[in-house]
Amino acid sequence: MNLASRDIRHNLGRFALTTLGIGTLLMIVMGMGGIYRGLIFEATMLVDEVGADLWIVQRATRGPFAEISRVPQTMVDRVAAVPGVEQARQFVYHTVQRERDGKPLRMAVLGLDWPVDKGAWLPLVAGRALAQNHFEMIADRVLKLPLGERLRLGKETYTVVGLTQGMTDTSGNGFAFFTVQDAQAVQFDRPGEAIRLERAAREARTGTVDIGKTQPALLERAGGPAAGIPVLPPREISAVIARVAPGADDSAIVSTLSGWADVTVYRREAENDLLLLGVVEKARRQLGLFRVLLTIVSGIIMALILYTLTLDKLHDIALLKLIGAPNRTILGLILQQALAMGALGYGIAYLLGLRLFPLFPRRVVLTSDDLVQLAVVVGGISVLASLLGIWKALRVQPNVALMG
Amino acid sequence: MFAHPAIETTVLTKVYGSGHTEVVAMRDATLCVEPGQCAALIGPSGAGKSTFLTAVGLINPPTAGQIRIAGQLVMDGPRALTDPRRFRRQHIGYVTQKANLVGFLTARENVELAMRLNGVSASPARRRALELLDYLGVRERADGYPPELSGGEQQRVAIARALANRPGVVLADEPTAALDGHRGRQVMELFQKVAHEQGAGIIVVTHDQRALDVFDVIYEMEDGVIRRGSARAAEAALAGASDGGSGST
Repeated sequence: MNLASRDIRHNLGRFALTTLGIGTLLMIVMGMGGIYRGLIFEATMLVDEVGADLWIVQRATRGPFAEISRVPQTMVDRVAAVPGVEQARQFVYHTVQRERDGKPLRMAVLGLDWPVDKGAWLPLVAGRALAQNHFEMIADRVLKLPLGERLRLGKETYTVVGLTQGMTDTSGNGFAFFTVQDAQAVQFDRPGEAIRLERAAREARTGTVDIGKTQPALLERAGGPAAGIPVLPPREISAVIARVAPGADDSAIVSTLSGWADVTVYRREAENDLLLLGVVEKARRQLGLFRVLLTIVSGIIMALILYTLTLDKLHDIALLKLIGAPNRTILGLILQQALAMGALGYGIAYLLGLRLFPLFPRRVVLTSDDLVQLAVVVGGISVLASLLGIWKALRVQPNVALMG
Repeated sequence: MFAHPAIETTVLTKVYGSGHTEVVAMRDATLCVEPGQCAALIGPSGAGKSTFLTAVGLINPPTAGQIRIAGQLVMDGPRALTDPRRFRRQHIGYVTQKANLVGFLTARENVELAMRLNGVSASPARRRALELLDYLGVRERADGYPPELSGGEQQRVAIARALANRPGVVLADEPTAALDGHRGRQVMELFQKVAHEQGAGIIVVTHDQRALDVFDVIYEMEDGVIRRGSARAAEAALAGASDGGSGST
């Protein structure tokens, strides 16, 4: 006769409510683990998806995800010329915040090196890759921009032609993919008045120096568009990404690129490490710590619940001893209830999580390993939590049953 | 007729506390109940009857003295010479003063549990549980939980549980306190029947004067000391007891 199931059957409402409470708590533990994994996934996802073997960034910087990195656009040609490099692409990355329908719209802008890169590698869930050099964008679903949506950014209007799912940066902002040229236009967009004032200031500065005073054509050019002034540099890009040709010695390429005084080169693994150790490390550790604390709290709460349930049954336990029930029967009663509570709580946590986690603003990744690990931990907690109740139950004397 | 008495106690003594707070609840209590014998233990409140019964039931060990069940020395002073719980499960049926049923089990399951703990398989245990409940007139309440039963019904279920394993010894502490006169007498007759048919040794602590005639032997207990009495003497003793209490400590 299974006493644990009989007790649960008799106190079904209380058991169900208690298990639901534990399940909700475990769902939070599960969610924290999922957010922890999600953070790692988001941090490394782009680097993995882009598929670049090497990242060439501004000298002594940690790359575009960690800090501002600026390299000239011509860098892509220099890198492409290195023996063993199969392909080099421009990479532009920055974050912008605009307003849409009265709500802030924050997105991670990523420039695709048109026409080499039209975004064919992106995990599109709707629409298509970019088909022209301008005025098209691919947005992640998290940005809530529908297909065909026309979005005004700076002085231009861009049409959403494709949608991705789950492409977010380390802060959870959805990615918006443009051509490099459009990404730069968004990045370096300045109001007309600012441009006019800058041109006027440039003209005034040129007018104060001898060359400006003596060459009116130069003075006139100084007040014109920046693109028409050869001494002014073109817009810069964030990095150059390169793919190593099959069979090529990437160490030799890295050695060559490392010899250049204006750039630093990272392999894909190093770029991932920079993201994990630099950008998300503190958040990752904090989440990990919080997860451990929540697990401990869950254990304590379960122990207190099981202890209280045991206290409620002390008379019955004393009576069981009076009629000769061995300790293993009493131990089984408490332990089986604890395990049932843990198992059902875990199941509730999983089912609730499946429904609720997709609604979270940040990505929640439940891996099989984590789920198995948590199941083992919950089993351990259930056993440990029942120890207090078992200790109390084993101490109660059968004559307690005679006290009425 | 029998090789050994069902219950044999020798100079059982129970002392609570020490020094100024010392209370002697039972003094040199010596008693012998043969198999097939149904004995009543009577006496005023505080006489030590329940202390004696719990000692024989291996629940509350005596300070000194010996207890033999079916010839086996099970208690030598406060020292148990067997696993008390296992021995109780296998050989002793215990009926407490207040009906003590496991709250989360139905009446049938309460009776069945005693047998299942003793290794009886589910089907025969269930069958016997229903037979016992039927015999005690609570068959129709077999699926009721203790709080749904009246005090008398609970007590009858507790008696059924005590008899479930056909124990060699039955100890009952005021088993008919919650029953009406007719049902109380029925229960006492049941104990007598169990004693005679199963050869069990039974001790019943009782105040019920109407049923004393069913007992084979009557013991009186006063101030922790047991004396062998008679039904007539017992009736006189009970009539003289002015407190009218349960008689159990």
